[in-house]
Amino acid sequence: MMDDLKELYQEVILDHSKHPRNFGRLDPCSHEAHGYNPLCGDTVNVFLNLTSDKVIEDIYFDGKGCAISMASASLMSEIVKGKTKEQAHILFENFHNLVTKDEEFQPADEDMERLLVLAGVKQFPMRVKCATLSWHALQSALNGNTDTATE
Amino acid sequence: MNKISSFDVERIRADFPIFSEKVYGKRLTFLDSGASAQKPKAVLEAVQNAYTKTYANVHRGVHHLSQQSTELYEGARKTVCTHMNAGSVDEIIFTKSATESINLVAQSYGLLALKPGDEIILSYLEHHSNIVPWQLIAERTGATVKAVPIDQNGEFLMEEYLKLLSPKTKIVAVTHISNAIGTIVPVKKVIEAAHNNGTPVLIDGSQAMPHMKVDMQDLDADFYVFTGHKIFGPTGIGVLYAKSEWLDKMPPYQGGGDMINRVTFEKTTFATGHSKFEAGTPPIVQAIGLGAAIDYVNSIGFDAIAAHEQSLLAYATEQLSKLNSVRIIGQAKDKAAIISFEMEGVHPHDIGTIVDQSGVAIRVGHHCAQPLMDFFDVPSTARASFAMYNNTDDVDALISSLKTVQEFFG
Repeated sequence: MMDDLKELYQEVILDHSKHPRNFGRLDPCSHEAHGYNPLCGDTVNVFLNLTSDKVIEDIYFDGKGCAISMASASLMSEIVKGKTKEQAHILFENFHNLVTKDEEFQPADEDMERLLVLAGVKQFPMRVKCATLSWHALQSALNGNTDTATE
Repeated sequence: MNKISSFDVERIRADFPIFSEKVYGKRLTFLDSGASAQKPKAVLEAVQNAYTKTYANVHRGVHHLSQQSTELYEGARKTVCTHMNAGSVDEIIFTKSATESINLVAQSYGLLALKPGDEIILSYLEHHSNIVPWQLIAERTGATVKAVPIDQNGEFLMEEYLKLLSPKTKIVAVTHISNAIGTIVPVKKVIEAAHNNGTPVLIDGSQAMPHMKVDMQDLDADFYVFTGHKIFGPTGIGVLYAKSEWLDKMPPYQGGGDMINRVTFEKTTFATGHSKFEAGTPPIVQAIGLGAAIDYVNSIGFDAIAAHEQSLLAYATEQLSKLNSVRIIGQAKDKAAIISFEMEGVHPHDIGTIVDQSGVAIRVGHHCAQPLMDFFDVPSTARASFAMYNNTDDVDALISSLKTVQEFFG
């Protein structure tokens, strides 16, 4: 059991949750969305500036949540900065597979390699929504929606 | 069943098959009875027998099984009636849950009594199930919902309540015990004050029923609701106690079979008493299981249960207070064995996941009491809720698993 827990709460996760990167609000910003998990009441707000050629120039987030959701949001903000909207969508898809699919995950690039620290979530199905909340909010922001709730 | 002379928690645990199960190979420490309680053999056997020996629909047909099934179902109603000291079995309505019981009163009494400008008084301690049904009927009728505030200890503020009562108040609906923080509301005083104001009162007793004996003649509640699964019975069964004087006036909540007197396409006349509010085939076996659960707790006795739980509450509170990073939320003087807490720098979900790996089941989240969470300015808490089958080993396991949390986040 301790192995699963240590896999879930790796140093990197604890570090990002205690000292989240890009934490705060971006004002003004071109896109924003509010992620909400009605089951636990956690929130993640994502703010970003998208250039005319759909590149995420800057991204900030804030909110209240568990170590997993805060760390995931923090890592996400670092990784998607400078990516295009399309690249961000693909990253989310791959990340979603990483935390939900059973098969061994082969990271395709450096970004996915960094996200591997969240692979431990797979052993805790109740916690998948914590890890994906910020990503759902990012998708909503990129798609021009303002609110998203995990179900 | 014979009364257990002195409280023997190990003997009680032996009545609950789940406690021989292991979680991740470890002893099960079940501290989530506030969400739903485990079931004793007596209930499981009653349910099994009802399906295997006497099952048929009730109130229909003249055959042997239908008669037996009806007797058992109505016997369960009598058990509930006696247990609550209701005036008659006609005042005991079986529903599918406490939530449905509240919705029934909100819709039926609400349509009867509420007009634009009228007020419904709730409290900050309410579960969503005693908030949302009232908001729905308020929206339909133009009435307004008011909430009695609490203080930082989670005490119901009687003075503020009395100030809210007015000629506009058409119903008061408050919980008997807060599911999130354990506060015991002085409901007898609440009811008395409302009655002096000419206002009927609904009490949500879902959390109270497993911990204390309630007496409808003594409390004088107009409506008292509870759910079966929290008092060691099956899910899918709830109870609404309602004074006959209200049931006679209230319109039916749902239409269907079993709630009628005579049906024609021109006009239907309705059954009276509880039948008027039990449309369709009822939760027959669940009601029988609830009856068995009530017999079981009475065989142990509520004085013994309450004393045992209060000593567990004191022990758990003391042990938790020794952990520096723990803050207990809700410190009412009169409190049931429910402890909400947070740990400095650790989100409740992370606490829940880590203690679970030690076989410790607690609830983490907003406990369907978001206005209360907002009051304490927390999105969620961790909650350990105790029942008669918990012992000091459970408290020790919780404390030890919380130390593991501290190690991770220290």
